[in-house]
Amino acid sequence: MQALTNRAKEVDRRQMTFLESIYLWNIFKGMIVTFKHLFKKRPTIQYPEQQRTFSPVFRGLHVLNRDEEGRERCTACGLCAVACPAEAITMEAAERLPGEENLYREEKYAARYEINMLRCIFCGLCEEACPKDAIYLSETFAPANYNRRGFVYGKQDLLIPNPKTEAPELAKAKGIH
Amino acid sequence: MFEEVGTTTEGDLIINLGPQHPATHGVLHLVITLNGEIIKKVEPHLGYIHRSIEKMTESLSYRQFIYVTSRMDYLSAHINNHACALCVEKALQLEVPQRAQYIRVIMDELTRIASHELWWGAMAMDLGAFTPFFHAFREREKINEIMEETCGARLTMNYMVPGGVMVDLHPDFQKKVKAFIQQYKAKIHEYDELVTGNIIFQNRMKGIGYLSAEDAISYGCTGPVARGSGVASDIRKIAPYDVYDKVEFDEVLQTEGDSFARYMIRIQEMHQSIKIIGQLIDTIPDGNFQAKTKAVIKLPKGEFYQRVETARGELGVYIVSEGAAQPYRIKYRSPGFSNLSALDHMVRGHKIGDLIAAMGTLDLVIPDIDR
Ligand code: SF4
Ligand code: SF4
Repeated sequence: MQALTNRAKEVDRRQMTFLESIYLWNIFKGMIVTFKHLFKKRPTIQYPEQQRTFSPVFRGLHVLNRDEEGRERCTACGLCAVACPAEAITMEAAERLPGEENLYREEKYAARYEINMLRCIFCGLCEEACPKDAIYLSETFAPANYNRRGFVYGKQDLLIPNPKTEAPELAKAKGIH
Repeated sequence: MFEEVGTTTEGDLIINLGPQHPATHGVLHLVITLNGEIIKKVEPHLGYIHRSIEKMTESLSYRQFIYVTSRMDYLSAHINNHACALCVEKALQLEVPQRAQYIRVIMDELTRIASHELWWGAMAMDLGAFTPFFHAFREREKINEIMEETCGARLTMNYMVPGGVMVDLHPDFQKKVKAFIQQYKAKIHEYDELVTGNIIFQNRMKGIGYLSAEDAISYGCTGPVARGSGVASDIRKIAPYDVYDKVEFDEVLQTEGDSFARYMIRIQEMHQSIKIIGQLIDTIPDGNFQAKTKAVIKLPKGEFYQRVETARGELGVYIVSEGAAQPYRIKYRSPGFSNLSALDHMVRGHKIGDLIAAMGTLDLVIPDIDR
């Protein structure tokens, strides 16, 4: 049959030679390919003992940032929640009271900030939308939990350790020992 | 709707294949009417993985909806994103920077290789060969690593946005892709030695699941399935998008129309993809990777259509816009659905084992068939 175009690249489709059509010979050839791999470098890694590094753009679990003085950056503007295609983010805003300047960077802050990791599709739009550089997708992944409620990450799960008061924890979280 | 499992009045046996069956690659449910071991009818039932993506999209903005399409044909995530981005750009009449166009095409072709890899391994496994699966996944992993470094994810990349790509290439990208191509050229011969040249494999493939060119057209088959029957249907050739008109590659065609033809098409397409990447990788121009777009994208009133060639065939994105920030209606024309519809015609009269072989060469991805 003729192909319905003249742009085609025809594929070689000759009959098998006698040698090729003997079952054992092909088995043997396949075996050689397989056995050669015994002496090659193993491509697998022993997860979780061994871990790969990820590039900075990797979209893993979220973190909420603090500034250098340890104040929360998030101002509960809600832009991340609007940008989120999966409607995974909920928050409640609160007014900063006098005397809390060391805790919150802006006059408004998120009293409650939750991300439902089961809804999240890890697209990174929240990170892109945030005007305060408050939310980031980190390089950690594979959350595990016993119940669904545990996948709703609150502020205590998301906030990075305070660089002022919890410096060792922060260094550990960043992977610096 | 559902036929009872059991025997019909003519003494034919009706059995269910799936929805949980390793050879259906997901939740595809086939109701098969058998006469002895001979297939009389195959009826696919869909709906097990319907997530209502088209409806969902109507409440998402033009930036957000692209992210959901990665979940349709998850093996061609880049190409799905690409189709949507192109459609939005067409509506906005947006000029995409050259650099972004090059990156997009390279990513598309890497995706195509990765997708065909997985198909190759999974199809060989359907036929009872287990080793190819590992070989395929080893190579695919390399592509995934390259993608992950640049795009930030391994499967649902969400890398293409209206106006270009999300972030610039990783500095190592070109080096790694070139190293991959080098090493891959040697690997692809291993595939031929392991599977293609095997007489048992060929006997199970040749002459099985014949689809004539006329039938391929009337069922609306596209991609490797149509090309295996001698129908030229490569959108990259018919209606080139981005820089596909600048690269040189052949549309692989076979006229036999059987399973082996479809198999060979995909193997050859991997070679062609390497050729395309090889032409582009050294000449990625400098410049912006994203054109400037408004924060809230609003499409003009009207209807817009864009088609691209995914690893499985022609994907069409059809947007009806009322001028708002959300689409009024979106329809995806998925290649898998049409290809699946030809299955009944292909396997009638064959034995049940041949159904698995023929279905393997259709390269079905169920979330793509049923969105
Ligand atoms: S990564 Fe995407 S889905 Fe997840 S919370 Fe952010 S915007 Fe929502
Ligand atoms: S994380 Fe950023 S975008 Fe979200 S509420 Fe806080 S400041 Fe606004």
